[in-house]
Amino acid sequence: MAELLSAGRTVRPVGGRTKTDWGGVGPAAEVELSTRKLGHLVAHNEGDLTAVLEAGVRLTDAQTAFADRGQRLSLDPPNPGGEATIGGVVATADSGPLRHGHGAVRDLILGVRIALPDGTVARAGSNVIKNVAGYDLAKLMCGALGTLGVVTEVTVRLHPLPAHTVTVAARGGDLGTLSQAAAALARLPLQLEALDLRWDGPAAGGALLARSAGRAPAEVAGIAATAAAAQGLEVTVTEDDDATWAEQRSRQRARDGEAVLRVSALATALAAVLGAAPSGVARAGLGLAWLRIPADAALVRRLRAELAPATCVLLDAPAELRAAVDPWGVDGPAVALARRVKQRFDPAGVCNPGIHVGGI
Amino acid sequence: MASESPPGASGAVAGAGANVAAALIGRFQKICGTEHVITHPHDLHAYRSDGLTHFQVMPAVAVLPNSAEEVQAVVRACHAARVPWVARGAGSGLSGGALPVADGVLLVLTRMNRILEVDLDNHLVVVEPGVTNTAVSAAVGPHFFYPPDPSSQTVCTIGGNVAENSGGAHCFKYGFTTNYVLGLDVVLTDGEMVTLGGHGEVDVPGYDLLGAFVGSEGTLGVATRITLRVIPTPEHTRTLVAFFGSVVAASAATSAVVAAGLTPCAIEMMDALSIAASEQMAHAGWPAEAGAALLVEFDGTLADCEAGFAELKAICVDTGSTQIRVARTAAERSVFWKMRKSAFPAAGRISGRYYVQDGVIPRTRLPEVMARVEELGAEHGLKVANVFHAGDGNLHPMVCYAGPDEAARAEKVATLILQACLDAGGSITGEHGVGVDKKGYMPRMFDEPDLAAFQKLRCAFDPDGLANPGKVMPTPRLCGEVPGPNRVHPLEAAGLAERF
Ligand SMILES: Cc1cc2nc3c(=O)[nH]c(=O)nc-3n(C[C@H](O)[C@H](O)[C@H](O)COP(=O)(O)OP(=O)(O)OC[C@H]3O[C@@H](n4cnc5c(N)ncnc54)[C@H](O)[C@@H]3O)c2cc1C
Repeated sequence: MAELLSAGRTVRPVGGRTKTDWGGVGPAAEVELSTRKLGHLVAHNEGDLTAVLEAGVRLTDAQTAFADRGQRLSLDPPNPGGEATIGGVVATADSGPLRHGHGAVRDLILGVRIALPDGTVARAGSNVIKNVAGYDLAKLMCGALGTLGVVTEVTVRLHPLPAHTVTVAARGGDLGTLSQAAAALARLPLQLEALDLRWDGPAAGGALLARSAGRAPAEVAGIAATAAAAQGLEVTVTEDDDATWAEQRSRQRARDGEAVLRVSALATALAAVLGAAPSGVARAGLGLAWLRIPADAALVRRLRAELAPATCVLLDAPAELRAAVDPWGVDGPAVALARRVKQRFDPAGVCNPGIHVGGI
Repeated sequence: MASESPPGASGAVAGAGANVAAALIGRFQKICGTEHVITHPHDLHAYRSDGLTHFQVMPAVAVLPNSAEEVQAVVRACHAARVPWVARGAGSGLSGGALPVADGVLLVLTRMNRILEVDLDNHLVVVEPGVTNTAVSAAVGPHFFYPPDPSSQTVCTIGGNVAENSGGAHCFKYGFTTNYVLGLDVVLTDGEMVTLGGHGEVDVPGYDLLGAFVGSEGTLGVATRITLRVIPTPEHTRTLVAFFGSVVAASAATSAVVAAGLTPCAIEMMDALSIAASEQMAHAGWPAEAGAALLVEFDGTLADCEAGFAELKAICVDTGSTQIRVARTAAERSVFWKMRKSAFPAAGRISGRYYVQDGVIPRTRLPEVMARVEELGAEHGLKVANVFHAGDGNLHPMVCYAGPDEAARAEKVATLILQACLDAGGSITGEHGVGVDKKGYMPRMFDEPDLAAFQKLRCAFDPDGLANPGKVMPTPRLCGEVPGPNRVHPLEAAGLAERF
């Protein structure tokens, strides 16, 4: 693979092809490089709660294997059709509701193997859960969309699969109240594994969702339910919560003809963020929201202006929209530095050219 | 590896050089004020080394800026003169990361110790780099806390923690510094200021340069403003110490606890030697015949904590614990932790001198590697005391020695222990960093293409090699020019044209 990259032709690495419309519209790549053959779960080190996966392993297959041994990779990005690969999840740094309790892929990745455009294959990080030797290139690969090289293998940290989970759903028609309740829950030392908001506009209202998964999830959920009820919300508690969270995940992706705007804001700004679009979901403790919007360039510009200093990344948008408006919407010294990094790793610009910030 | 007193040969002492031109020093004095620019050898003495005291180098000058703007101006002046510099926090590092460059500039950040913002609604705090680790938790307590808790937390700075990606006793559950840094203002080596990450937001568009900077040991720039995530203080904490016949038995218990799906916030191990040493300082009255002690702590909501704690006790009994003591009061808990935290100073009492090693292994390999550590000590006729983060598989063997003859043997044992960690699939450092101390070990863990990839990142940030040169990488490397775009034309690729 590294050899292919060093041949100088532009390359587009692909995994499960679930997010090939993320990022900018670059020139069409001369070669498409599939990680499909890199499909081995290299090692599941059960006792160490770590695993080594080739990039093309489907996340669902890996999770099934881990679940067999009572473990999981605590990463649940939307995965319609179940085709997402671990390499693709690393490249997009996509995340789901478990982000609240377990962090993003950057927080769970321990090591990486990368095919680089100079024709070499480099490793960074390690196979152990604690390591500070060398630069953390594994994190650098997270969200780089394959523009610095092709991730061929990753080592990740696993967690015990919770025996039970309990979800509190608190519904209401006032966004301010919902977000206040979310803030109140976030301040409690409940160690929730997920804390989300969902909003469908003032007519349909929305919900605050909290999931507990510890040793005593019912007790913790009870505390959360009481706190939410104290804010005047209508509360239900359920153990059968998979569908609720699947719905949250699916709302991070666009439906036909729509686009999604991923907004990075402060948690206290979430009411304003969710109120700006017809519908959306958010990680309430992290200030991260996904808004479903019509695919309209003027709207994207207006929302960016309205929500600044929060940043808005356009996802799942048709190519015409991504050509009309920069999907990243950022510039400045950090982009200039990113360009310097790109030049060092991929001086000839062969890896997925044109798709990342600043047209990298 | 760190040593609390000089073993001799491996260190280097250089005199204060006169190579930093008087003009540059004059420039620094204008920027920071004369009293914050130190040039007298007597005053520079304190800055010759960090916590790894057998490496010593005199810088030409130490500059103590008081703001990001001053850091920027100093770095810019160094850039113009092509003079290398080293950032320094509290100087508690154990790998020589803050060791000065001879004839270079030492940028001491301890005056920048202000807490800039506490925003508990957004679970964040913004600090200058010279703020100490404990000051962060103090600023957000009692309802919130900052989890990464290196044992040096009362002195070490957040800037140093960011540079080393420091850990602590509670990282098995809570993670490391890197999991809590939300944003950084960084002065790059050309004096440009760049914000990595956000001011509290996550997933800010662009490469994860924030993730790459944390743990970069002062080689990519100076962090001047740091945004940290803090979390609600757990409602309840339960702590016990379980005694075992041997470290191997306690290691097996550790694995059993984790295998049961329990997530204690700390699993710390002490062997007989370190129990005996700590007993002299902490007077906990732990059984003298115990082969090992496992200090385990749970936190969380009352219900969650109690449920986990009950399971934990059962597992300790099942795995052969000879005695379990539960801390019933806060005072008892603090005695338990005092035993753990006294281990290093106490080792100084049983042995004049010792090396502290910092290696990591997969947790399941603990029994065999610990047996190997014991064997190595016996083979070389040296005592090795062990106190470590068992949950993380992060070993800190202390190789005790006296006199110059034993020093060489101790160094050898420490090296062999590290090799044993690598042979078990581990790492040469879990939290102390590479610095100057372990750069020679890097080729044992990484191959040439790996090191070359590290160098690409470093050169992107610091093409002139001015930031903390001579650290981390095994051999000095120059960056060279960025090769220009040299794309193969599609016609060439298709075999329709060639370039000669
Ligand atoms: C008794 C003792 C116990 C310890 N226990 C632990 C422990 O439990 N866990 C652990 O992880 N470590 C531990 N350490 C090691 C040490 O305390 C940590 O590495 C700490 O983070 C260093 O902080 P410092 O302010 O002293 O940094 P320094 O030693 O001054 O510098 C360390 C590195 O950081 C760089 N640096 C400093 N400030 C900045 C900045 N603002 N921007 C960029 N680079 C910067 C320096 O150039 C250097 O490379 C211990 C040390 C001692 C002496």
